[in-house]
Amino acid sequence: MNGFKIVVLAKQVPDTRNVGKDAMKEDGTVNRAVLPAIFNPEDLNALELALQVKDKYPESVITVLTMGPPRAAEIIREGLYRGANNGILITDRKFAGSDTLATSYAISQAIKKIKDYDLIFAGRQAIDGDTAQVGPQVAEKLKIPQITYAEELKEINKDKIIIKRRLERGVETVSCQMPVLITVHSSADDCRPRHAKFLMKYKHARTNSELEENNELKDLINNREYLKITEWNVVDIEADITYLGLSGSPTKVKNIENIVLQSKEAKNLESTDQDLESFIIELIENHTIG
Amino acid sequence: MRNVFVYCELEDNIIADVSLELLTKGKSLASQLNCKLEAIVIGSNLNEIDKQIYKYGVDKVHLADDKRLYPYLTLPHTSIVTKILNDNNPQIVLFGATSIGRDIAPRVASSLRCGLTADCTSLVIGDHYVKKDEKEYKNLLYQIRPAFGGNIIATIINPDMHPQMATVREGVMKMEVFNETYKGEIKQINVADYVSDTDFVLEIIERHIEKSKINIKGASIIIAGGYGVGSKENFKVLYELANILGAEVGGSRAAVDAGFIEHERQIGQTGTTVRPKLYIACGISGAVQHRVGMEESAMIVSINTDKNAPINSIADYNIHGNVAEVLPKLIHFYKKNSK
Repeated sequence: MNGFKIVVLAKQVPDTRNVGKDAMKEDGTVNRAVLPAIFNPEDLNALELALQVKDKYPESVITVLTMGPPRAAEIIREGLYRGANNGILITDRKFAGSDTLATSYAISQAIKKIKDYDLIFAGRQAIDGDTAQVGPQVAEKLKIPQITYAEELKEINKDKIIIKRRLERGVETVSCQMPVLITVHSSADDCRPRHAKFLMKYKHARTNSELEENNELKDLINNREYLKITEWNVVDIEADITYLGLSGSPTKVKNIENIVLQSKEAKNLESTDQDLESFIIELIENHTIG
Repeated sequence: MRNVFVYCELEDNIIADVSLELLTKGKSLASQLNCKLEAIVIGSNLNEIDKQIYKYGVDKVHLADDKRLYPYLTLPHTSIVTKILNDNNPQIVLFGATSIGRDIAPRVASSLRCGLTADCTSLVIGDHYVKKDEKEYKNLLYQIRPAFGGNIIATIINPDMHPQMATVREGVMKMEVFNETYKGEIKQINVADYVSDTDFVLEIIERHIEKSKINIKGASIIIAGGYGVGSKENFKVLYELANILGAEVGGSRAAVDAGFIEHERQIGQTGTTVRPKLYIACGISGAVQHRVGMEESAMIVSINTDKNAPINSIADYNIHGNVAEVLPKLIHFYKKNSK
């Protein structure tokens, strides 16, 4: 064997790290329009580890798999520009409202359709939810082992992969056979930048839905198979719709409270016990700390 | 009776603090629900381990003792926990939001097909009414957590597909002995019935404590010190506050140049640019080179003896005082008022 079949799970997320004072609307809902959609940061670390496997075994094939609205095809192209071989977008209105359990079901169904894989890499968690659940849940549904919080690829050969994990109080090096699902921590290597060669090659890569919106590229893509980004819906992945969306999600959001960050006049405090205690209580009550 | 369960973590046969905190919370939930508190402890050489936890009000300890079960491995622990929960049908299960808890809990939830809420900051019992179906749910677990990068606080419930599972970070819940002489019962499980050889495909080659890389860019709270802190020794209290708030420590260029703090932690034009949720500037005057690296922080607090320090013009709170006096007080009042 000269290469590995690798799937990278990636998510397009709103950039919650750079939330400015206009991120919340007057009515207290999130103003998504002002938040740019980005490649989830730890998914880029995951892509980098996959690319490092491919550096060692150049015949490896990397597939970027994402679930989301049609525009999420953007991050598949980002993956192609960095060295991935192809991409699959799973998109369907029936996925709307899925929690982590329903999401992991849909993703695992797509991976079952891919069928032949040695390694699955995913970011530890996505910055819009920070749950870190989808990776382990996909592994469970595929009945394969998992290695969470990977920081470094130590070794890989046809029999096993050796990974250094970052834990809260130290590190652990583990060895496992394949197939295995690996979630990658932000302390792993940053993803390499786009490569000019791949950018030129894949800039016209499109999904079918994107072609329907703008069919100028149709002839070009029909002549070049590698420019087709695969798009699958609920039927394609043979999913049971009762396991998807709101009905397939055990968790429900009962209530949302906004942390309204108002810019107001600075408060001047003295270093008295009274001032300092009421300051701390204020920060706890508005969820800034604690 | 459907009880409250807590998965207990071990380090060298000592039950982790986070697990004791969850037992404390679990006991108060169980009392409110009029049910029992049960613990799951999985490891090796666990003689008398149950004695460490009875006083937190544990009524029953499910014990899996086998030399292959420590250190923690995902698959065998998942198999054991899943089977125990399947056999006992609990209403609530709590895990630490730790490296271990965040590894096992989602896998167990997927296998049981139940809900799981990560990193809860508060757990409360409450009712829920679904207008559409005219259906009332009594005594659900409200799982309250920040979401969307900490910009919203969501209350999550899990009405139908039980158990209701949640993870909680260390230090969020209070640890409190329920009764020094409380005594529960022990239920030793026969490990061979719970795990299979295929659960041991992953092998731990090495395990050691290693300092993590400094990650100042990703921190949601930063405690930064300037030249005004005075010495490397005086920076210790900044680390102490950072530790209890889950924050990172940063420094101004002047503090780095003076050798108070390492270069990797420098914030500003020639260091890292940060945008945390909360930035506490300690003894930093706030030259423009520093301000450009932190002025987009959502909330800025300045602690300075100089009321006219330039940083005060962009701060949301100005605390007039000496860092060495103010920080210990903030630590004290935080400990007193949190939880």
